[in-house]
Amino acid sequence: MNKKNSEKLTFECETGNYHTFCPISCVAWLYQKIEDSFFLVIGTKTCGYFLQNALGVMIFAEPRYAMAELEESDISAQLNDYKELKRLCLQIKKDRNPSVIVWIGTCTTEIIKMDLEGMAPRLESEINIPIVVARANGLDYAFTQGEDTVLSAMAHRCPGKMIKKNDFEQNKKSENLFVQTFFEFTKKSLKFTPENSFKKDKNPDFLYKNHSNLVLFGSLPTTIATQLTLELKKQGIKVNGWLPSQRYDELPFLGENVYVCGVNPFLSRTATTLMRRRKCKLIGAPFPIGPDGTRAWIEKICSVFNILPKGLEDRENTIWKSLEDYLFLVRGKSVFFMGDNLLEISLARFLIRCGMIVYEIGIPYMDKRFQAAELSLLEKTCVFMNVPIPRIVEKPDNYNQIQRIRELKPDLAITGMAHANPLEARGINTKWSVEFTFAQIHGFTNARDILELVTRPLRRNKNLQELGWTDLVKEKI
Amino acid sequence: MKLAYWMYAGPAHIGTLRVASSFKNVHAIMHAPLGDDYFNVMRSMLERERDFTPVTASIVDRHVLARGSQEKVVENITRKDKEESPDLILLTPTCTSSILQEDLQNFVNRASLESHCDVLLADVNHYRVNELQAADRTLEQVVRFYIEKSKKQNNLDLKKTKKPSANILGIFTLGFHNQHDCRELKRLLTDLGIEINEIIPEGGSVENLKNLTKAWFNIVPYREVGLMTAKFLEKDFNIPYIKTIPMGLVDTGNFILEIEKIFKNYNYFTNFDFKSYIDKQTRFISQAAWFSRSIDCQNLTGKKVVVFGDSTHAASITKILSREMGVRVSCCGTYCKNDSDWFREQVQNFCDEILITDDHTQVGNMITRIEPAAIFGTQMERHIGKRLDIPCGVISAPVHIQNFPLGYRPFLGYEGTNQIADLIYNSFTLGMEDHLLEIFGGHDTKEVITKSLSNDSNLNWTLEALSELNKIPGFVRGKIKRNTEKFARENSIYQITVEVMYAAKEAIGT
Repeated sequence: MNKKNSEKLTFECETGNYHTFCPISCVAWLYQKIEDSFFLVIGTKTCGYFLQNALGVMIFAEPRYAMAELEESDISAQLNDYKELKRLCLQIKKDRNPSVIVWIGTCTTEIIKMDLEGMAPRLESEINIPIVVARANGLDYAFTQGEDTVLSAMAHRCPGKMIKKNDFEQNKKSENLFVQTFFEFTKKSLKFTPENSFKKDKNPDFLYKNHSNLVLFGSLPTTIATQLTLELKKQGIKVNGWLPSQRYDELPFLGENVYVCGVNPFLSRTATTLMRRRKCKLIGAPFPIGPDGTRAWIEKICSVFNILPKGLEDRENTIWKSLEDYLFLVRGKSVFFMGDNLLEISLARFLIRCGMIVYEIGIPYMDKRFQAAELSLLEKTCVFMNVPIPRIVEKPDNYNQIQRIRELKPDLAITGMAHANPLEARGINTKWSVEFTFAQIHGFTNARDILELVTRPLRRNKNLQELGWTDLVKEKI
Repeated sequence: MKLAYWMYAGPAHIGTLRVASSFKNVHAIMHAPLGDDYFNVMRSMLERERDFTPVTASIVDRHVLARGSQEKVVENITRKDKEESPDLILLTPTCTSSILQEDLQNFVNRASLESHCDVLLADVNHYRVNELQAADRTLEQVVRFYIEKSKKQNNLDLKKTKKPSANILGIFTLGFHNQHDCRELKRLLTDLGIEINEIIPEGGSVENLKNLTKAWFNIVPYREVGLMTAKFLEKDFNIPYIKTIPMGLVDTGNFILEIEKIFKNYNYFTNFDFKSYIDKQTRFISQAAWFSRSIDCQNLTGKKVVVFGDSTHAASITKILSREMGVRVSCCGTYCKNDSDWFREQVQNFCDEILITDDHTQVGNMITRIEPAAIFGTQMERHIGKRLDIPCGVISAPVHIQNFPLGYRPFLGYEGTNQIADLIYNSFTLGMEDHLLEIFGGHDTKEVITKSLSNDSNLNWTLEALSELNKIPGFVRGKIKRNTEKFARENSIYQITVEVMYAAKEAIGT
């Protein structure tokens, strides 16, 4: 079956009967990232039960998220949505006093056509807390795309009005004016007073090249964000802000002369919003996952700013060398991605570069434009490593995939938790795909972590192999 | 709308899926949006299931929203029929898709014409019942369907088995220690010379449901699931059922005596001496009776505890604590609101107060107020206990993966009494050790913690008052702090000084 693999990228589309997390799960990492936020998921018991089980112990740590659980009277419109939401939001304001409340619309609010976008501005002015509406529902999106909906909604809240043409010309001439507008919008924030920033920025002029503003988008743990920021600093590139920022009132300035670049493959909607609504210029690059990806990502940003990247090749080679002990384990091994979190293309590209053979890349949704650079790097990597190009299966069908896994017997299946134990019991090594979403996988520094994850089942099962109990079910798959 | 962080019982479709996936060769199809098939993860992870969970979703997406499911559901059913050839396919919506009000019954009717297997629509209102009620309802629905079916085919066997036999109703997947309980019940029944006729739904086959009527009587080990089925079988086929839960020494004894009564009603006489069996088991085989008599257990006398869980476990554990171990149950509660009358009746004389709620903050506040020496509850209470530094034994679902132990840990029967005694005793000793450490100044580096679950405190503690508070031994510190604050609030004092502390002490007398 894999013999069909061609020289060109091929895209297939199956039935979409696959297992993935509901996109509302994005609150799990976003509430931790945006420290002064509160996420209110407006949905039913089903949503609540999912969150409760998916997020496990986080539930008990007084998280800054909650369910607005819709009851029968809400569904049948016996109660007024607006009044109900106002009551809950006032309670949240009283208990937690967040800087922003994010409403997560779910399938149910879609079906009963609750006008969240319409109610939010009214309520916002009444209770005096910004309300951001994101429709992260399972009707339209899968898992990580939840973050995409939140960030694209948040992009509208970033400071910086749509600048008119002639203003823009002026801005170009005087950086100062730009700085002023910037601080006008962020003066509310305590940490970002002009004085502080000037102090911070006193020296950087020596370090940074003169380039347009750069804003990176995608939620990453703060340490990873710092690592990537420093990586760019080495090239003399200054990162003017991140979407999302650590705090809601530190959202970056956006405008016509701002370049933006994504760090995760599932952010296509955010990219579109940034381009179309905020007039930013998108840098389409491969994603900084794996040393190859990170290098390509930096090189692309450098090329846009006409900067000659320095020391990158050495840096990449050093990282590859340091990975040798892991590469030894994975070389020549085969992988099957069942697909559930949209990181699949980048991970597959990295693993192919590591010397693995990828049979199939399942993926919930493929934005060929947003991922164009990543796809072409995948193609190049396959040629470079002299392996056939894997098939990319959009909206996969898990049942069919399991039949294919049975035929292909890959050394490793990267899959959701619903299938992991049953596959293990049938002697197939598995790695839970969800871990890639929560682990730190970006940048040069963390390439090791990806391989740590990928090789863990291989290492564990190598230890157990000698016992000869690989097949633990009575009937074969 | 309700602001909710946590819930005790899941949504209705989870109950339906638990019943469906417990049966052998039954497949469930959910009419649900992407991501709602979370049940598969729970089963695969919590139960460490080796087989693929027989649940798939017929995905509701934008197109379905616009045009209706049309052929999709029927296609998915017939496809599953071909792929896995199950005996039964059970279709269920989720809360979300049930609002679409598509005529799922119509899809089921059409699909059952085209497929070899039986097809049923789970008849459950997703906004009125919870997981457990739905499971009860679905089990009854499936049983009723197959009994009606075999009535029509004229192969329903109403003749009783030669030897006395029983059905066990309500053992199912993701149930709290259900597998172990089932094994223990089997052992007990074997001791009594009773054959097991059918166990449903776990591991049962729907083709065998017609045999249910051959049993002499039914056993419903848990209140929550199986009762409707037992009532149906009693009404239509005159099969008696035992609803006493064989948990704890007294109730296990009662359970056995009820069996004896059923034998008498059938005019079946055996030379098996039930009374001496109970006596021997209670006094010598099980260690629990001796254990509560031993001096170790004396230390537990009058200790205050709080019990919370599903109605079966909360009621039984309360009775064990108060009747069999001499522990004082300050408050006992359940989240099974639908069964509150039964619960009240069960525990009335065994505890000081009864709390019936499914709001975990209420439970948290109750525990904070009572400050028990130990809690027996669900995973939620375990976490409340962690925050308040009160030990907790988990006695009921909702549960974690650690409540699916590999070793043999029944709660029912005589071995169950041993397990429960261990659980109770271990929770307390840990608590005692902790207190001794505190009394003898162990590692007292703790800051004053509020120990209250709400953060509405607007009281100011002066530095002197705080340092005075720090001198108080840790294990009563929280209580003093709370009492002082209560006093301050009642007297509209916002600045707490050392004077206020002592005034409070005098007023309250702690």
